[in-house]
Amino acid sequence: MLGKLKPVEPTYDAGFGVYVHWPFCQAKCPYCDFNSHVRHVKVNQQLYIDAFQREMKHMAELAPNRVVNTIFLGGGTPSLMDPATVAAVLDGIAGNWQVAPDVEVTLEANPTSVEAERFKGYRLAGVNRISMGIQALNNTDLKALGRTHSVDEAMQAVATAASIFDRYSFDLIYARPNQTVESWSAELHMAIERAAEHLSLYQLTIEDETPFKKLYTAGKLILPDEETSRQLYDITQEICEKHNLPSYEISNYARKGSECRHNMVYWRYGEYAGVGPGAHGRLVTQKGRAAFAIEKNPEKWLEYVAQDGHGIVEEEQLSLEAQGDEFLLMGLRLVEGIDPKRFTALSGRRLDDERITDLVNERLVEITSEGRIRVTLTGFPVLDAVVADLAA
Amino acid sequence: MTTIPIENIRNFSIVAHIDHGKSTLADRLIQLTGGLSAREMTEQVLDSMDIEKERGITIKAQTVRLNYKAHDGKTYILNLMDTPGHVDFAYEVSRSLAACEGSLLVVDASQGVEAQTLANVYHALDASHEIVTVLNKVDLPAAEPERVKQQIEDVIGLDASEAVPISAKTGLNIEAVLEAIVTRLPSPKGDVSAPLKALLVDSWYDAYLGVIVLVRIIDGQIKKGMKVKMMGTDATYEVERCGVFTPKMVNMDVLTPGEVGFITASIKEVADTRVGDTITEDKKPCAQMLAGFKPVQPVVFCGLFPVDAADFEDLRAAMGRLRLNDASFSFEMESSAALGFGFRCGFLGLLHLEIVQERLSREFDLNLIATAPSVVYDIKMRNGDLVHLHNPADMPDPMHIEEINEPWIRATILTPDEYLGSVIKLCQDRRGEQIDLSYVGSRAKVIYDLPLNEVVFDFYDRLKSVSKGYASFDYVIREYRPGDLVKLSMLVNAEPVDALSMLVHRTRAESRGRTMCEKLKDLIPPHMFVIPVQAAIGGKIIARETVRAMRKDVTAKCYGGDVSRKRKLLDKQKEGKKRMRQFGKVEIPQEAFIAALKMDN
Ligand SMILES: Nc1nc2c(ncn2[C@@H]2O[C@H](COP(=O)(O)OP(=O)(O)OP(=O)(O)O)[C@@H](O)[C@H]2O)c(=O)[nH]1
Ligand SMILES: C[S@@+](CC[C@H](N)C(=O)[O-])C[C@H]1O[C@@H](n2cnc3c(N)ncnc32)[C@H](O)[C@@H]1O
Ligand code: SF4
Ligand SMILES: [Mg+2]
Repeated sequence: MLGKLKPVEPTYDAGFGVYVHWPFCQAKCPYCDFNSHVRHVKVNQQLYIDAFQREMKHMAELAPNRVVNTIFLGGGTPSLMDPATVAAVLDGIAGNWQVAPDVEVTLEANPTSVEAERFKGYRLAGVNRISMGIQALNNTDLKALGRTHSVDEAMQAVATAASIFDRYSFDLIYARPNQTVESWSAELHMAIERAAEHLSLYQLTIEDETPFKKLYTAGKLILPDEETSRQLYDITQEICEKHNLPSYEISNYARKGSECRHNMVYWRYGEYAGVGPGAHGRLVTQKGRAAFAIEKNPEKWLEYVAQDGHGIVEEEQLSLEAQGDEFLLMGLRLVEGIDPKRFTALSGRRLDDERITDLVNERLVEITSEGRIRVTLTGFPVLDAVVADLAA
Repeated sequence: MTTIPIENIRNFSIVAHIDHGKSTLADRLIQLTGGLSAREMTEQVLDSMDIEKERGITIKAQTVRLNYKAHDGKTYILNLMDTPGHVDFAYEVSRSLAACEGSLLVVDASQGVEAQTLANVYHALDASHEIVTVLNKVDLPAAEPERVKQQIEDVIGLDASEAVPISAKTGLNIEAVLEAIVTRLPSPKGDVSAPLKALLVDSWYDAYLGVIVLVRIIDGQIKKGMKVKMMGTDATYEVERCGVFTPKMVNMDVLTPGEVGFITASIKEVADTRVGDTITEDKKPCAQMLAGFKPVQPVVFCGLFPVDAADFEDLRAAMGRLRLNDASFSFEMESSAALGFGFRCGFLGLLHLEIVQERLSREFDLNLIATAPSVVYDIKMRNGDLVHLHNPADMPDPMHIEEINEPWIRATILTPDEYLGSVIKLCQDRRGEQIDLSYVGSRAKVIYDLPLNEVVFDFYDRLKSVSKGYASFDYVIREYRPGDLVKLSMLVNAEPVDALSMLVHRTRAESRGRTMCEKLKDLIPPHMFVIPVQAAIGGKIIARETVRAMRKDVTAKCYGGDVSRKRKLLDKQKEGKKRMRQFGKVEIPQEAFIAALKMDN
């Protein structure tokens, strides 16, 4: 059972994605702990283009001969990149790997008017899907979230995206301070009217070392209580389901066939290369599956890449246990669930039948006719506990 | 150091209720006499263990020798002993008292006289001490020195007219304290030409020097190279070094009558020394031994088990090392069906238990489960066997039991009259039998016989709360008496949790069971499912509660491809789950075990 690990179990090929991180934002949002930096001088994008290309070359040496199925330009705020920068990055990818004809290329955008003006340029550069961070549909909350755009501006950006791209999505953050089931349900209905094929709906997370955390600890930011937060989640499922945007992942909703393929690579525990400051990757090399993390500070990253051809600061050969854990953490977020045989192939052990039976009896987990294990709608709100239970 | 005449020595203990500022006052005394430079000074500098610093309490008594040039122009040696205020460590106070002629009684001028103030004053008077009273914390707006003076006179019956108002925090009037010590406390007496007679006050283990013995010289002198004999254990050692603490360790050639200092003598283990023993010169022994101390007896027992069975040997080693420094803690191996191999340990009280547990998990990085505290029961079996039951989980089938005997104590409680009613009620509720009620000045003195099992959990806390802290409590173990005791089992998710079972009196079983259920309901975090919590005697359920199911534990924001961070969180959760296996499907946090038993009704 614990034999040598083969490079990617062929029958489980979950695709290969490339993630590119653009680490700059116009302003730092008080809830955000993503790797984003505000620079008061203009960023010299050419330096970054060169560094991205060098780092990609390094990644392609680690993971050669892959066919790229998906590309994601995330951030930070990638919509601050010039379309020419985006074009150069995409060229870089194509120069290092073979790219599938139906490749999905997503760019994350902030919905300000300035950024929307660049949408066309992105389209020409090769982007075919746009994901906008709208976060809220009322101006008071947008302000409280530290966002620099208004609802009108965001709606304008959505309209622009709709006129340019076949595929677009936007993100909202809910379970915000003072939010009630009624107010959220009204807001969500409004969102669905503007949505096309895909929505990401995240519950507000209070992250360490953010201004929101300070306020929260000081008792100045009060979140909906556990029961309300549960009701908010339940109603979200219900409304989206009714409007033909069923959830396919714990926080993501899409029409059948319009799922974000790039994120599916993560969740199906496929292979992905991460490029740019703070990016993460999982590659299967001769030695087995390894986790890569890149230096987060943009200027340091430039230096490292100039020196070594890459900015990798952590490289961890994942143990069988770690692989099993990551597979569960990612896979159980999906409505399609996981294949227990693949868990065994990755971790070298079987899931505990007794625990599965217990979870099934509690209706938190179910077993599909194909033998997949998936978390139920009752299970999703307590996913952390379910995963811990299965992983332990 | 030049020798100083015995008339110029003053030995005193600083005693007080917990937190009244003994250690802070010690800081000021050390600072003012120049024992440490400003740079070396820290807050409560004598509280050297991490756990003391963190909790801000003293656990171990400490001795310091200070040089003080008094207003009369003479230089005095002051031997200061800072003592713990908490009742669990009262034995540390009595040792210190035996090594001194005087006490510095510290009373918080805003809180006034409290339980341990009384208890410690009476111990000091028993030791024939002169007492200098100081009223501390007069810098606080709530300080009422005049009222507290009156209270000291009324409640304790001490003359408080010369009590010194001070602030140990700001340093106000510290010089006056030093003068009072010099002028009002007696000097020790002793005969330097007589054979050596020294009191073994304390001993502890030092990683570099081995066992260090704290001694008080009564007669004669102790020198480097001298062959000494411990009269109680009949062992002889050659003194390697002797000296004093300033509080730094300073070697000296000789210690003379009245002095307090240390010796080292290649002693391997603290267990080789007996606190209270008399040290004399091997070839010229003194005629009579000192009275010595009552041995300390553990009164509370509980099981400590490693969460991970693989840690058992580590736990054994850690306990051995901890005992090197804390002889009042005892342990022996035990095994339990639910918890595997572990140790049954004896403690001086609940705080002591908590501290040992914390030191084990912190200093030795061990994850432990502690079971319900209990006492030792003697069980007479139908077949004539006698069983000493340390652990309720091992209780034999009641069918085979002839009689269960439990330890009883005789408690002496001093309380202001106004709280007498509540104190009596508390003792009655705990199956107490009143032996005597009398008055000492304006205070009532009640003597009660009580089953120890009713006292180990939360009796101190209750007594304190019903008397607003004024009642003082002291006890001795008296005898074993038969009792109608039953085993109360706790079931979590329908599975019995050994570690929470206890023996209780039949008449109290139901209410205890109910409170336990209510407590556990709040202490067990919500799980993915509803958890019934039940109390049972034999097969009969006598109380029941439920822990509601968790409704939501994720916000599931996007992490992109960064799953490493989530994995680290999962690692922590998995650890909890490992422990949870031991209780079926439910994770009972370690804190719950002690907290569940620290309840009031
Ligand atoms: N305001 C004020 N606070 C004081 C004074 N003396 C001590 N304290 C504070 O009272 C608390 C307890 O002081 P300690 O010196 O640790 O008390 P203790 O009597 O040694 O306590 P135990 O050893 O645990 O019995 C600390 O927070 C001190 O800072 C004082 O004169 N004024
Ligand atoms: C990589 S982030 C930010 C992308 C883009 N810069 C923006 O702000 O629109 C992607 C999404 O994560 C969500 N998000 C960020 N921080 C969050 C938090 N603390 N709690 C919940 N969701 C959060 C937001 O909805 C955001 O659009
Ligand atoms: S939420 Fe988006 S815009 Fe705001 S700081 Fe984070 S990455 Fe930048
Ligand atoms: Mg102290």
